[in-house]
Amino acid sequence: MASTASTSPNISAPIKMAAQDVNVFYGDKQAIRNVSIDVGMDEVTAFIGPSGCGKSTFLRTLNRMNDTVASARVEGRITLDGEDIYSTAMDVVQLRARVGMVFQKPNPFPKSIYENVAYGPRIHGLANSRADMDVIVEQSLRRAGLWEEVKDRLQDSGTALSGGQQQRLCIGRAIAVQPEVILMDEPCSALDPIATAKIEELIHELRGKYAIVIVTHNMQQAARVSQRTAFFHLGTLVEYGVTSDIFTNPREERTKDYITGRYG
Amino acid sequence: MSHDRTPTDWSSPVMRQRIARRYAAERRFRLMGLGAVTLSAGFLLFLLVTMLSGGLTGFLRTDIALPINFPASPVMLEPAMLKGPNAQQALANANLPAVTTAAARATYGDKGEELLSDSAWVAVRDALLKDPSLLERSAVIPVPAASDIDLAHKREGTAEAEATVARLTEKGALSSTFNLDFLTMSDGTDPTQVGIWGALKGSLLTMAVTLLLSFPIGVMTAIYLEEYAGRNRWTDLIEVSINNLAAVPSIIFGLLGLAVFLNAWMLPRSAAIVGGLTLALMTMPVIVIAGRNAVKAVPPSIRDAALGVGASPIQVVFHHVLPLAMPGILTGTIIGMARALGETAPLLMIGMRAFIATPPGGVTDPATVLPVQIFLWSDEVSRGFVEKTSAAIIVLLVFLLAMNGIAIYLRNKFETRW
Repeated sequence: MASTASTSPNISAPIKMAAQDVNVFYGDKQAIRNVSIDVGMDEVTAFIGPSGCGKSTFLRTLNRMNDTVASARVEGRITLDGEDIYSTAMDVVQLRARVGMVFQKPNPFPKSIYENVAYGPRIHGLANSRADMDVIVEQSLRRAGLWEEVKDRLQDSGTALSGGQQQRLCIGRAIAVQPEVILMDEPCSALDPIATAKIEELIHELRGKYAIVIVTHNMQQAARVSQRTAFFHLGTLVEYGVTSDIFTNPREERTKDYITGRYG
Repeated sequence: MSHDRTPTDWSSPVMRQRIARRYAAERRFRLMGLGAVTLSAGFLLFLLVTMLSGGLTGFLRTDIALPINFPASPVMLEPAMLKGPNAQQALANANLPAVTTAAARATYGDKGEELLSDSAWVAVRDALLKDPSLLERSAVIPVPAASDIDLAHKREGTAEAEATVARLTEKGALSSTFNLDFLTMSDGTDPTQVGIWGALKGSLLTMAVTLLLSFPIGVMTAIYLEEYAGRNRWTDLIEVSINNLAAVPSIIFGLLGLAVFLNAWMLPRSAAIVGGLTLALMTMPVIVIAGRNAVKAVPPSIRDAALGVGASPIQVVFHHVLPLAMPGILTGTIIGMARALGETAPLLMIGMRAFIATPPGGVTDPATVLPVQIFLWSDEVSRGFVEKTSAAIIVLLVFLLAMNGIAIYLRNKFETRW
């Protein structure tokens, strides 16, 4: 049944995260079948596929956000720097600090812009003083490409920003805890084209500093921002490879049908 | 397989009729709503007018001018004795009640003292304390009138009292003053001498105990059930039980309080602590239900956001969920506390209906509460208590409004603008 064939994506970068034979169940329903995939350090990896193919579900297994769903069950082995993230030795709270996440809908805390960014570093004790925190906030917002727009109104509510700014604030918030991996779950699906372009630009700039995994519906986006693309269909990983290969010369018929718009 | 439908005629009579019917329905509903609001406003107005007209005079006191010629009276006091720390003692020994009675007889005839309240001598004492030089001359001191005179002066009394009042008014001997004693004294037997302070303080202490117990426990329960407990047969059972508890008649909580707090735990009878414990049992389910709904209403995206930056479950709850749920929790708390404040039945069961003439000093002292005091006074034979009952109701309502005002202020303070 499941094709787990294409997991040899001639990955040249060092491997940051690796999944082996991962199965995810929601109750009796199996959402992910035998997925094995490597995520390279300093690369952008895109997950594409039609709605309901399990790409978001799989993304959420990478920082154990599925733990919050009572009926979810994960089988298989996922490692971060060779450490099994589902082992009892792994502290899930620390894992989520190391593997940050940006969600589909911008979800800033209903607090000030400053507070939004400062919250993560504060609970992890990353700043020793108020001045330290100011530096962290500024750096994070600069990296998120938001500093110039908000530097004069850091005490305004984060929810008062526009949708695109909110999403960049969420990226800044994730960056502030100095994650090693950033997971982005369709970060542009609620944004207009201009805000989307800004986020894509931002992903370009962040590349090389963090391993980034992005789930997207938009194939052009995957082509633009990623170095490596994985195509999911019906809970299985159909094909995984260098982005340009996937889009110009897919090995699997299903991949070809999808990217040429035959279904999706 | 498409059927050709005739084009719709939007201006046909049938259409027009439909539009007219729609407008009529809108108008009807609007009128019904307006009628309901007007009706309830009318009832509220009626209630307020009745209570204020009947109760406001309860805050007033009728005084009778009592001339006393101190040098000629049998009072055994020198102005010098009223200076210094022994003044109270000297006044207590001076037999002021006899002096007052004698003065009343001298001015108002043989039974003159019956025109005065039993506590008239207290007014004389206070006047002397304030101005010891009175002892060297004759002075006119306004002293509280007896209950029937008070009543006849303010509204209508017995024919006899009315005649006396007419006679006294002619002499210009009657005056009305604000009855400060009503706010500073406690229950008594003479309606001119009772006050609400004892019951008010009892209510304050009881409410404090209720709030301190039911709020933290209720909120923690709500959070645990919503955020931590799994969904299984046990949590379903607990949920059903809590919903049922919120609907249990309050007298049953009183019986529980009697059996557990008084008989089993041996806590003092008719004390604010027992009242507070009993009312806390009653209030807790209300807070739990409101709290669960408020916690449930916090968007899951906020929890995701906090978890995503590596917040632990308890940090998610206390840093994000609880602050956002606070306005809803406070609304439930207001409802529960308002109900507890007005509760009488369970407190009767634990002995808070006792006659208590001194304000409680702490939560273990015998106390009564405002609604019970109202109930007790409404049961009194003496007609002077009628207006005291209304006055006590006004105090209760003012207390309730103040409590709700504070809660609404807090709720608005916590409210987050998205």
